[in-house]
Amino acid sequence: MNKGRDTFFLQITRLAALSIVFIIIVMAHELFRGSELAFSRFGLGFLTGSEWDPVHGKFGSWPLIYGTLVSSLVALALAVPLSLGVAIFLAELAPPWLREPLSFLVELLAAIPSVVYGLWGLFVLVPWLRDVVQPLLGKTLGFLPLFQGPPLGVGMLAAGMVLAIMILPIITAVSREVLLAVPQSQREAMLALGATRWETIRRAVLPYGRSGIIGAIILGLGRALGETMAVTMVIGNRPQVSASLFDLGQTIASVIANEFSEGFDELHLSALIASALLLFIITFSVNIIARLLVWKVSISQGVSRD
Amino acid sequence: MSVKIKVENLNAWYGRNQVLKDINLEIEANKVTAIIGPSGCGKSTFIRCLNRLHEVVPGARVRGHVWVDGQDLYAPGVDPTEVRHRIGMVFQKPNPFPTMSIFENVAVGVRIHGLKPGVKLEEIVERSLRMAALWEEVSDRLYTSGVSLSGGQQQRLCIARALAVEPEVLLLDEPCASLDPISTLKIEDLLVELKKNYTIVIVTHNMQQAARVSDYTAFLLDGELVEYGPTPEIFTRPRDKRTEDYITGRFG
Ligand SMILES: Nc1ncnc2c1ncn2[C@@H]1O[C@H](COP(=O)(O)OP(=O)(O)O)[C@@H](O)[C@H]1O
Ligand SMILES: [Mg+2]
Repeated sequence: MNKGRDTFFLQITRLAALSIVFIIIVMAHELFRGSELAFSRFGLGFLTGSEWDPVHGKFGSWPLIYGTLVSSLVALALAVPLSLGVAIFLAELAPPWLREPLSFLVELLAAIPSVVYGLWGLFVLVPWLRDVVQPLLGKTLGFLPLFQGPPLGVGMLAAGMVLAIMILPIITAVSREVLLAVPQSQREAMLALGATRWETIRRAVLPYGRSGIIGAIILGLGRALGETMAVTMVIGNRPQVSASLFDLGQTIASVIANEFSEGFDELHLSALIASALLLFIITFSVNIIARLLVWKVSISQGVSRD
Repeated sequence: MSVKIKVENLNAWYGRNQVLKDINLEIEANKVTAIIGPSGCGKSTFIRCLNRLHEVVPGARVRGHVWVDGQDLYAPGVDPTEVRHRIGMVFQKPNPFPTMSIFENVAVGVRIHGLKPGVKLEEIVERSLRMAALWEEVSDRLYTSGVSLSGGQQQRLCIARALAVEPEVLLLDEPCASLDPISTLKIEDLLVELKKNYTIVIVTHNMQQAARVSDYTAFLLDGELVEYGPTPEIFTRPRDKRTEDYITGRFG
């Protein structure tokens, strides 16, 4: 009787596990099948073509790939220093009574729906960028191609900043875990040499957690690459390749969200599915790299933990 | 004969738990002083009070005085990092920095405190490794990871790392606890060699080791100093019944 029930549950859970694999295979299959038309029409030009023009049936996804990568890199450039600062404070420096409430606040940021970030970006961040930040950047750093052009507010910079706030929680939370897992014996070894607290963090704690922190950053990158709603609301939705962060742009995720309901000509649809496949491949590889790094760290800590 | 460290009314706590009670003793310069006693009696806590490392544990507290060359380490305004620079420490489990090479493990302390003018980092590293009796074994692979070494070599690397910043006192907390007998003997020989230039305080669980390497022995029990004196006396004519019971293996 008992044994029969056990086998029953075993079968059920096994089925559940298998269904995950099944879903992934079906999805990948559908993406490949759906993108066939676009790839057979444009070949490699689908990746390198710089014109995405549904009206004239031209589909080169380079501006989308570019927009996806650049907005995510801007997000990383802003979020990584901030997240690491918060993580170091939480794990190493904050007084115990402050740790829990602060960690909770950071995790709360992760719970805010992305459309809310989008609204906030549109109504708070964009005007501020347009009226204050971009004029200032233009005046001081305007000699760099990055900061040239009229201050529009919306655009690549706005997208990068909204993304930065959205990936802050994951990078902070994972880095904090990594830092907390650094054995106390490593800190004491450095302190015993006469190092200050900051030197101990810089020379013992951070190097020890290095690959875990890289994993955290890549997890954040994975999240930024695939984010759709908030980016669509602030990036300007113009598929173009421009060196300036003040310019409008477009990402793969937001082009799909924007254009899926537009017309239904077969080639357009196939091009959208093909860009979905690209995004799938990019985020999938980024996540695998991140998992491997975090996994490597937890393994090595398993042996040498004190 | 000169006193290097004078411990006066030293008390230490973890939270509300008092683990050292009114310790008073004087440690001679250029001698090896052994701290013995059963597990949990406060040996580690005691030597961690000598380089102000006890206070890095959350909730840990110290009261009392530790005079080193007449300066009280616990006087207000004394910088604990300066204290730890002067008083080196080697821990029970070898803890080299795993992301650093052998060379860098030894050099890192020097990098923190800055190189004296006219001295080469390479020279300091070589000299420290020689003093730790490790140079011959690693000179051809200085740039490989410190954790690729055996346990005994790692512990000598930690000794070299401590020596590189030129401390006056070397504290060792059961440095051979996780080592094989041959590595243990190497480290014991090393201590006898090192006491020419350093004052050494070693915690040990191992009575034979205390008898072999130390000039003075202190016996701690439940956070109290039961007996302290020249090692031969402690081991042959203990004055306290509890010391005698401990060294004859009747408890602990
Ligand atoms: N980090 C700590 N937090 C709380 N109590 C501790 C800590 N370390 C040691 N203790 C307690 O202090 C007492 C003395 O410990 P310790 O100095 O490590 O003894 P020994 O080195 O002689 O074995 C023990 O009762 C131990 O449980
Ligand atoms: Mg101990």
